[in-house]
Amino acid sequence: MTVATDQAQSGATVLAEGLFATFSGFVEELRAAGVPVSTTEVLDATNALRQLPLLGRQALKSGLAATLVKQEGHWSTFETLFDVYFSLRLPAMDAALGGVVDDEAGSGQELTASQLAEMAYRAIMEGDRDLMAALAQAAVSRYAGMEPGRSVSGSYYTFKTLRQLGADSLLARLLASAQEAGGLEGRLLEEDYRRHLRELRAEVEAEVHRHLISDRGASAVARSLRRPLPEDVDFMHLGKDELAALQKTVQPLARKLAVRLARKRRRRAGGRLDFRATMRRSLSSGGVPVEPRYKAPHRSKPELWVLADISGSVAAFARFTLQLVYALSSQFSRTRSWVFIDGIDEVTDLLKAASDVGEAVHHINTQADVIWAEGHSDYGHALVDFLERWARELTTRTTVLVLGDARNNYHPVQPWAVAGLAERARHVWWLNPEPRAYWDTGDSVLAHYATHCTGVLECRNLRQLRHFIESLP
Amino acid sequence: MLPPGTDPPGERFESPQAVNQSLRSVGYLADEGIASVVFLADRLGKPVLVEGPAGTGKTQLAKSVAEMTGSRLIRLQCYEGLDESKALYEWNYKKQLLRIQAEQVTREGETWEQLEEDIFSEPFLLPRPLLEAIRATDPVVLLIDEVDRVEVETEALLLEVLSDYQVSVPEMGTVKANQIPLVFLTSNNTRELSEALKRRCLYLHLDFPSAQREKEIVLAKVPGVGDDLAEQVVRVVKLVRSLELKKAPSVSETLDWARTLVLLGVQHVDAERAKATLHILLKYSSDIERAAKELAAADS
Repeated sequence: MTVATDQAQSGATVLAEGLFATFSGFVEELRAAGVPVSTTEVLDATNALRQLPLLGRQALKSGLAATLVKQEGHWSTFETLFDVYFSLRLPAMDAALGGVVDDEAGSGQELTASQLAEMAYRAIMEGDRDLMAALAQAAVSRYAGMEPGRSVSGSYYTFKTLRQLGADSLLARLLASAQEAGGLEGRLLEEDYRRHLRELRAEVEAEVHRHLISDRGASAVARSLRRPLPEDVDFMHLGKDELAALQKTVQPLARKLAVRLARKRRRRAGGRLDFRATMRRSLSSGGVPVEPRYKAPHRSKPELWVLADISGSVAAFARFTLQLVYALSSQFSRTRSWVFIDGIDEVTDLLKAASDVGEAVHHINTQADVIWAEGHSDYGHALVDFLERWARELTTRTTVLVLGDARNNYHPVQPWAVAGLAERARHVWWLNPEPRAYWDTGDSVLAHYATHCTGVLECRNLRQLRHFIESLP
Repeated sequence: MLPPGTDPPGERFESPQAVNQSLRSVGYLADEGIASVVFLADRLGKPVLVEGPAGTGKTQLAKSVAEMTGSRLIRLQCYEGLDESKALYEWNYKKQLLRIQAEQVTREGETWEQLEEDIFSEPFLLPRPLLEAIRATDPVVLLIDEVDRVEVETEALLLEVLSDYQVSVPEMGTVKANQIPLVFLTSNNTRELSEALKRRCLYLHLDFPSAQREKEIVLAKVPGVGDDLAEQVVRVVKLVRSLELKKAPSVSETLDWARTLVLLGVQHVDAERAKATLHILLKYSSDIERAAKELAAADS
């Protein structure tokens, strides 16, 4: 018996043996995937299982989610695992499937290729979920060619099935017809078709998983699907899709940082005693000044300056950095931003003018003047240049954020430049996307700059970034 | 896990479906997820933490639950600097002062201890929302709104109330709840709430509704809107939400837009009409420009 099992055992006397085993396997896998699930939460979940009607799959899912998953970012991990562990086919669903398949052509096995293609066309056009489920079932058994015991990943089967169905060319055909329709309606149809294809892909994926589970068992499939949580993905190894997905998370983080900076301003200790107001107030308590009144504290307006390294050595990080900088400047109006390689250029206006992050990145790549000599990062020159051109505009209300790995390509180190910034600014924070173990190895010269910064932090993933934002004094 | 002396968690609702139906009857169109979390909140006697973007009906959920159970809604609006005296209770200084002064005039012989005991008792206590909800004898729903606005330290104030349904008043002792009220906390996610708080709550993430549900909402809330128009409105809003905006249109803005279109006598939205009324849907000029550009692209 495992820990999770023991914890849940006491509360679960009423749970059926089979369900209970599934449940504890599920919890263990959630923990293994990094979702923090405490003992209390396991107990709550078992209680929830007892209270909920087990046949309502959706109710079961939201009940378990409500008790086990307390962060939106963990939802997709939960959803994947839930589908693996609780992928029971419900009688009602099978009936619905049977009906559709019967209408089409007797049984799923005997559908011809053209019939399947016709179904796929209709599924993408109409977005009928029952049809999609039936199609997925038939198509996977016909096209995926799954053999028990072969260790091939599920995504391969999904890919193969969809390609045999010709899903992409069907989508292209439908998109073309939508464009012909034109106008707003055409645009809306395009969105619909894309969404339907995504849904169809999910159905096929679920069907493939179902086959894999009956072959290999739930926990083996769950292990093969294990991905790091979004907050643990290393910025340096971000794929294109992951980067796009991060966009959603970065926006609220930028807002958090903005709120944080604004809050600091309001949290400054209360102002001086307001004598007049206190006396006026005291009249209602017979001249005894029971409640002293204070003057509102003076409000200062914080500013945020961001300096981002966009050189090749941090290419993946730079893409993320630009997302962050863009999100910051859209959330916090007193943000100014610079990008540098060996030269440095202000991009505040470029970012303000851009209507989305893709456009912003494009503008920066084409218009920012960041190459001074050879286009390899030279922190010394960039920082000195920055100090000379902009430092006089720094005030004690300014927080400076430097994003970069401090890899200097053996150019001269100019630590006094950061010292000059630190002297004038309120804080200078340095966020480094490299693991701490690599700092000051090779051409990294972080230590020289670090002594002048308020703090230097490792910032390799969202978890660390969030931690930084939340620990701001 | 429950404090002794309280009733076991309620059985206010039959099943998640029943919750869903009752919510519908008071005009809140929930989905299965929402209904089952509300159902569990009652059965397990746990508070619900509702998180999600602005304008997805987080506060409305609490109000509707109060309405459908015929309970009184007690609302604690959180803000920075919220403290014990505004959330839990406060002693009524002025009344205490008057009492002391009155005492000096009338009865000379009373000792200080007697007086102290007297002025730190119920009549001199000003209950704030949390204590009020705990002491209530009639059915109540407690709404703790925008809990992410208080500082981490203040969050701790809530813990005793949320897990044990009791409030400790040093001068008087512990006040225990007569009943376990339904508690809703809402958060706009401007900061991560503490683990301790999350552990004590059921978690409900309220996102923008699905197209189908939003259409139902439009049909239910906007008189005179046709089925076609509702469908179109919802699809356009979905498209607009998929853009990168400073603020995505909320459900109430969808409703405002649908109302406007109905008032203008529009039967069918085309790009031109949509562009002309975008300012109802979006509240930032940069967002309006962005969306107008997208719609213009559809037009060409």
